[in-house]
Amino acid sequence: MENVSFPYLSYVTFIPSVAALILLFLNRKSHELLRWVALIFMLADFVVSLGLYFNFDSSTAAMQMVEDHTWVRDWGISYKLGVDGISLFLVLLTTMLGPIVILASWKDIKVRVKEFLICLLVLQTGMIGVFVSLDLFLFYVFWEIMLIPMYLLIGVWGNPARRLYAAIKFVLYTIVGSLLMLVAILALYFMAGAASDSYTFDLLKLYEFPVPIYAQFWMFLAFFLAFAIKVPMFPFHTWLPDAHTEAPTVGSVVLAAVLLKMGTYGFIRFAIPLFPNAAMDAAWWVCLLAVIGIIYGAWVAMVQTDVKRLVAFSSVSHLGFVMLGMFAFTVQGVQGSIIQMINHGLSTGALFLIVGMIYERRHTRLIEDFGGISKVMPLFAVLFMVFTLSSIGLPGLNGFVGEFLILLGAFKVYPWYAVIAASGVIFAAVYMLWMFQRVMFGEVTNPKNKGLKDLGAREVLVLAPILVFCVWIGVYPNTFLKPMEPSVKNFIQMVEKKRAAVLDLEKEKKQSSGETAGMKLTSSGRHTER
Amino acid sequence: MTDLVWLIPVFPLIGFLINGLFTRKLPEKAIGWIGSLSVGASFVVAVLIFLEVLGMEPGSRSVQKIVYTWILSGDLSVPIGFLIDPLSLVMMLVVSGVGFIIHVYSIGYMHGETGFRRYFAYLNLFVFNMLILVSANNFLLLFVGWEGVGLCSYLLIGYYYEKKSAADAGKKAFVVNRVGDFGFLVGMFLIFITFGTFDFTQVFSEATAKLTQGGLMVTGITLLLFLGATGKSAQIPLYTWLPDAMEGPTPVSALIHAATMVTAGVYMVARCSVLFAMAPVSMTTVAVIGGATAFYAATIGMTQFDIKRVLAYSTISQLGYMFMACGVGAFASGIFHLMTHAFFKALLFMAAGSVMHAMAGELDMRKMGNLRHKLPQTHWTYLFGTLAIAGIFPFAGFFSKDEILFYSFERHMGFWILGALAAIMTSYYMFRSVFMTFYGKSRVEADVAHHLHESPPIMTVPLMILAGLSLVGGLVGIPIIQGWHVFGDFLSPVFAPATAILTSNAHGAAHHSLALELILMGMSLAIAVGGLLFARYMYIVDPAAPDRVISRIPEIHQLVYNKYWVDQLYDILFVNSIVKFSRFLWKAFDDAVVDGIVNGLARLTRGFGGVLRQLQSGLVKDYALSIMVGVVVIIGYLVLR
Repeated sequence: MENVSFPYLSYVTFIPSVAALILLFLNRKSHELLRWVALIFMLADFVVSLGLYFNFDSSTAAMQMVEDHTWVRDWGISYKLGVDGISLFLVLLTTMLGPIVILASWKDIKVRVKEFLICLLVLQTGMIGVFVSLDLFLFYVFWEIMLIPMYLLIGVWGNPARRLYAAIKFVLYTIVGSLLMLVAILALYFMAGAASDSYTFDLLKLYEFPVPIYAQFWMFLAFFLAFAIKVPMFPFHTWLPDAHTEAPTVGSVVLAAVLLKMGTYGFIRFAIPLFPNAAMDAAWWVCLLAVIGIIYGAWVAMVQTDVKRLVAFSSVSHLGFVMLGMFAFTVQGVQGSIIQMINHGLSTGALFLIVGMIYERRHTRLIEDFGGISKVMPLFAVLFMVFTLSSIGLPGLNGFVGEFLILLGAFKVYPWYAVIAASGVIFAAVYMLWMFQRVMFGEVTNPKNKGLKDLGAREVLVLAPILVFCVWIGVYPNTFLKPMEPSVKNFIQMVEKKRAAVLDLEKEKKQSSGETAGMKLTSSGRHTER
Repeated sequence: MTDLVWLIPVFPLIGFLINGLFTRKLPEKAIGWIGSLSVGASFVVAVLIFLEVLGMEPGSRSVQKIVYTWILSGDLSVPIGFLIDPLSLVMMLVVSGVGFIIHVYSIGYMHGETGFRRYFAYLNLFVFNMLILVSANNFLLLFVGWEGVGLCSYLLIGYYYEKKSAADAGKKAFVVNRVGDFGFLVGMFLIFITFGTFDFTQVFSEATAKLTQGGLMVTGITLLLFLGATGKSAQIPLYTWLPDAMEGPTPVSALIHAATMVTAGVYMVARCSVLFAMAPVSMTTVAVIGGATAFYAATIGMTQFDIKRVLAYSTISQLGYMFMACGVGAFASGIFHLMTHAFFKALLFMAAGSVMHAMAGELDMRKMGNLRHKLPQTHWTYLFGTLAIAGIFPFAGFFSKDEILFYSFERHMGFWILGALAAIMTSYYMFRSVFMTFYGKSRVEADVAHHLHESPPIMTVPLMILAGLSLVGGLVGIPIIQGWHVFGDFLSPVFAPATAILTSNAHGAAHHSLALELILMGMSLAIAVGGLLFARYMYIVDPAAPDRVISRIPEIHQLVYNKYWVDQLYDILFVNSIVKFSRFLWKAFDDAVVDGIVNGLARLTRGFGGVLRQLQSGLVKDYALSIMVGVVVIIGYLVLR
């Protein structure tokens, strides 16, 4: 874990911000120039991020490309970045979607283009930062940085009717969770610092600190709330349909593809390894919520009248799978969970792009306004169909690999949960195909739909890379499974080992608690003084 | 040659890619032949491999070819790999052979359709998936093909997607199949936790060691797998999608909904014969469901007027036979019937398609009649198909059906009765369709009548080939004479382990009695001829008879004609109730409860802020008052402490 010669991660994280800075100085009226600058920087960012993949060592679970610099020495805050098999593909997903998102918004956004692009670029830095931070303080900074541009994206460029309600709901929901998380981070910082006498926010060092069980419960609860809202898990999901529906197309894309993964990633990187006892004790309940979310999301999606809302509820269902796999704590479950994070980013991102493309043409998202679109837009129909199938987990495409691994992994631990979750595949087919049928099949009844233009080159270019990865993951998932395997195995081992260690510690404490009851009081009093 | 087995599925995949991506500008003929020849090439490879396997020792006719590792995660390792053995070879030959014939026929049948290219692309994609299904060497890869054929079935049923009924039927097929797939999926999980692998050879060879005979696990696994089979192969209770699937183009019905895809369930049960043999409860379930479906679908078949619906119910019924065969332990007979059925049912559908072609898409047999002079080739081939399915000697269906009835009798008299009743009904409704379509008085409407024409050779030649197969296809399974059942002998190594388990359980099973076999054979034949004569009486001798019968028992006729109202029942029980409940969840839980709390909290905060705001009135006297109150409270506290 030495500092590598080339600081890939810093470049990947901050290239978008540099672009945002440059945009500040450009003429706000030359929209094309602004867009090109943003696009080129996003592309450059993606190219640099490929360096992560090619320099990645698939044989180790350790953090790679680590950069470690002291930031605020007195408080033990450092600028520490690194990737492992868990975060690698999330970073790549984010950087890949960067240029796609700029391209997709090319014609869509016509007002305040400069501000819009700056928001996207800053958001990009925030998201990548969350995935590569190895310092809790740094992580929290990135976590909060993301919030502001997303708030603006929904509130300024959203759907005029309800955008403010949706934006404020999004922010309040998120802040409630993240403030509690901040409290827990600080509590952990002081507790670990007091125990070892070296105060640090370094995640890898905090991993090694065995948090007492009673404290784990409360800290995990705080982290859980923050992340569960972000995922979103049932029943904290109600901000999502509103945010998705009111956000502009690319807002929804980023929200679905990357932002939701902050929650699931937060669990796997922070909440679980820091508080393994609490996490494992809660696993049964978390999985219960996940399974409810899978079925509930699918059912409610089925009766939606707005395509975007439908896709939003399908996210609740898909993210339920991610959580179920993760909290099964088996290799297949966790690997499936990570693959499914990527899959959901690809297919749901693509679906939001698809919905956006048709919204641009018709300015409606109501299912009943469509019908017979296949006839008018055959190329669009093919791509829509492929992403629909990817979303419902058809073998040969990406969704199946993730869902199957998750269900198999979960089945080993919670067979009944897996069985109920597996029935979700039936409902996924129902809501997606029913929607597809009503939008694409039948005769063109609405005269407004008659003259619709099929997809142009730019739109195909937007969807093509996503399509490639959907097929790739479906046909040869090992490209993605192999690099993450050591990290996943290490994750499970570490969690179990630490859990056992804490349990041993508690046992020791109990044995000696008779003699040292008085001492414990004074020592804890001393801690709080600090 | 066996090293090239991967070419068998890959050829149609290439055809799919070419037609899907590049042939926008090409004429119909080129597109059609690209599609057809890609399947033809698979057939050639399959034949070559078949010949090579014939040269091997019967005991060693099982070869695995791994292409690459597909999914590797922890203790799970799933390859893309193929299993070549007699069972998969039979399936590969049937799928690619019959598939090729149907592709060629489609060039003529689909002539002039706007979606010609799309049609051939889907059809190739289907054959690719079907070949994956039958040649996979593990459960998960089989499942890939299993879902893939379901997708293609969905796409092809909904080929005329502008028609709502077609789009509905496609969706229904997919969703009902997914109910079955759910069972399959859970069955696979149980297999994995028991065996730690999905590999067929490994699972089946370790089955007796790792599972207890008749135990809960093996029963659970097989019943769940069978649930998958009832979906794909349209058995009770998941058969309702197949009649609706007739919305697709007729060659699709021939290929997917008669010859190949719907037999996937039978193939899968036969493939897992060892597991099923270990679970007597499951075997009985398979036999009962199969027999009941054979009987039940035949009753509906007798009342339908839509020629394709008659054939659809007949397919469900015949699939029931195949399952009954598997359920009584006669796996080879089930596969035998699967093959002969592929010949004659594909033929019947395509001949019906030829009738439709001549009659501008008309399907109602009440508007046909006396077509044999205008459509001579179609008539003869359809008749051959009917003779075969009715089980008239020496057509193919006679041998395979008789064999199933014989083994059913050996297992239990009840199965034989079910099968025999279904057989007589089959013979009746099939000859009924022959008489209504090709004989009697013409009821063809005038504007259709003068367009009547025989189909072009590109359609009739495939019909003749299949008619020939329907005639001689059964000769590979001549009963009674030892050593003449070439087909059964070829398959026997595959089913040997299952047979061993079954015979050891039966403690000296009934021995083949030549007399019994001959008696049963005579009865089969009598049944077939009886159905024929009855149909002839009803529709030729006394054409008023059917109406008399209906008026005698109107309620029963209505019940059967409306398919026992099962579709409506399912709609009420499952579809409507779930949709209603989901609306309730959305409105009552999401909007009212969760958002009620969220918005309520927001309102509460604002309200509370409003109250607090009153304190900051900006008036000095208010602040003075609050200071006073504060002082009093503090002093009071200090004093009273």
